[in-house]
Amino acid sequence: MVELARRFVVRERRPRRTRTGVSAPVLAGLAAACIFLVIGCLSSSIFAQQTVAGLAQGVIFSSLALSLVLIYRATEVINFAQGEMAMATTYTAYQLTLWGISYWLAFFLTLGIAFVFGVVVQVAVIRPVQHSVIAVVIVTVGLFLLIDGLVTWRFGADLKFMQAPFGNAVYHVGDVTFARQDLGTLIVSIVSVLLLWALFRFTKLGLAMRAAALRPAAAALVGVRVNWMLAIGWGLAAVLGAVAGLMTEPTQFLQPTMMQAVLLYAFAAAVLGGLESPAGAVIGGLALGVFLNLVGQYVGFATSELRLPIAFAVLLGVLLLKPTGIFGHKKVQRV
Amino acid sequence: MAPLLELHDVTARYGQVHALHGVSLAVDEGQIVAVLGANGAGKTTTLRAVSGTVRRDGEIRFAGKALGRHGPEAVARLGIAHVPEGRGTFAELTVWENLRLGGYSRRASLKDDFVRVLEYFPWLEERRSQQAGTLSGGEQQMLALARAFMQRPRLLLLDEPSLGLAPLLVTEVFRIVKELNETTGLTVLVVEQNAHIALQVAQTAYVLEVGRVALSGPSAELREHESVRRSYLGY
Repeated sequence: MVELARRFVVRERRPRRTRTGVSAPVLAGLAAACIFLVIGCLSSSIFAQQTVAGLAQGVIFSSLALSLVLIYRATEVINFAQGEMAMATTYTAYQLTLWGISYWLAFFLTLGIAFVFGVVVQVAVIRPVQHSVIAVVIVTVGLFLLIDGLVTWRFGADLKFMQAPFGNAVYHVGDVTFARQDLGTLIVSIVSVLLLWALFRFTKLGLAMRAAALRPAAAALVGVRVNWMLAIGWGLAAVLGAVAGLMTEPTQFLQPTMMQAVLLYAFAAAVLGGLESPAGAVIGGLALGVFLNLVGQYVGFATSELRLPIAFAVLLGVLLLKPTGIFGHKKVQRV
Repeated sequence: MAPLLELHDVTARYGQVHALHGVSLAVDEGQIVAVLGANGAGKTTTLRAVSGTVRRDGEIRFAGKALGRHGPEAVARLGIAHVPEGRGTFAELTVWENLRLGGYSRRASLKDDFVRVLEYFPWLEERRSQQAGTLSGGEQQMLALARAFMQRPRLLLLDEPSLGLAPLLVTEVFRIVKELNETTGLTVLVVEQNAHIALQVAQTAYVLEVGRVALSGPSAELREHESVRRSYLGY
């Protein structure tokens, strides 16, 4: 009977591992990479420039990767529509600015709209099928197509332009030139990630969300409204996606396909980081951005057409060496 | 006075398999009530029916209110704490976070509750930032109890607290439950395989057999009952 009870009622999933532990070799590798970057930046101005530009690109991958991880941890699926949701919210910001709202007001309004959008998506189309992982995956693929179609229908497939949020100024430090755009992107994305981290780490809501994602059955028994927590998780993921979309816009401009490549990079970054590790997703994104930029600069044959293949070659290499990703870990539980 | 918890002709099933065929029982406020029975008799399901973690029919009243369609979240918010069988803890979270989750549905400050819980489980203090999953089975059971106390429940549903624990720990768990019952008037419905200790602690007991109440009465009487002695006490 107890066995039956487990099979039918308890939504407790497979036993999860204990805490995110980072193994010593991984830490050493990361430290070595950092030292390499610092030395490179000090000895070559082009290297420094490419590194900063790479970080700015990477932090966008990080944001979107983090939103994938958020949903993966709670729902155990990859939301294939994450990039398109980000694209749609960026168009929302565009529409707001067309109505005469200033860029930054539109920015924050869009984050609010994105949150509601994420919640509504979870409640309306994910919740009804959430008992089946494969059904959820198919629904997210359907959402991808739906959003893509709707945005193209409403705005057309041609490029649109928004006001540059940070202007086109550049800073000179010694003989190194930094784009204000890159620094702004870095700051905005890092602040959003930190705010999100603080929410999860320090607030009661964050604790309840973690509990609901880790052990829904036990969370319900202490009075946590599990379904709402999942919906809020989708909302927060959509907010992060919106940040990624808005920060992508100045370099890619608005078009319905703007986030598709970014989603692939973000996916690579998330898997690189271990898929369940938020810190891993952030570091994975940054590493990928810097690596691709440096390879593009210093490896002759690596033209921009090869960026995506190179990214996935790296991903494959890392997974062969460490199948759980750099921040992943085997599942351990004391019995 | 009407009982705090009342089950009338409650049935429950998992898919096609019926686990309860009409269970009726009553728990008075301030009592400890034990549910005994063999494996598969429906003990765990009885608790699940109350906390809303199984599909159930029939009448369940708590403090005069019909629990009818309440899901587990709503039941928890009414003041029923369910410590499920085995591991009810959040293994990935710290000890302290587990306790904070216990007080989740209460708005007031949890300071007093932390103090109160630490009186019973002083060792929790030094383990506060340790991950719950790294505690021993007994410690996790204690943590699950402590978390339930953080809910300040009117009714505690306790499922097989002795499962997998060393005999000394079993005694300790029941001692604490008894003490809370005596000092704070906490009402407890406990499911237990270990009939010896359950009948010592509880005032009233029910014996379930294949999804029905076979026998019930004051613990002292049941202890003397011929079939209970043979089947559950073993003498």
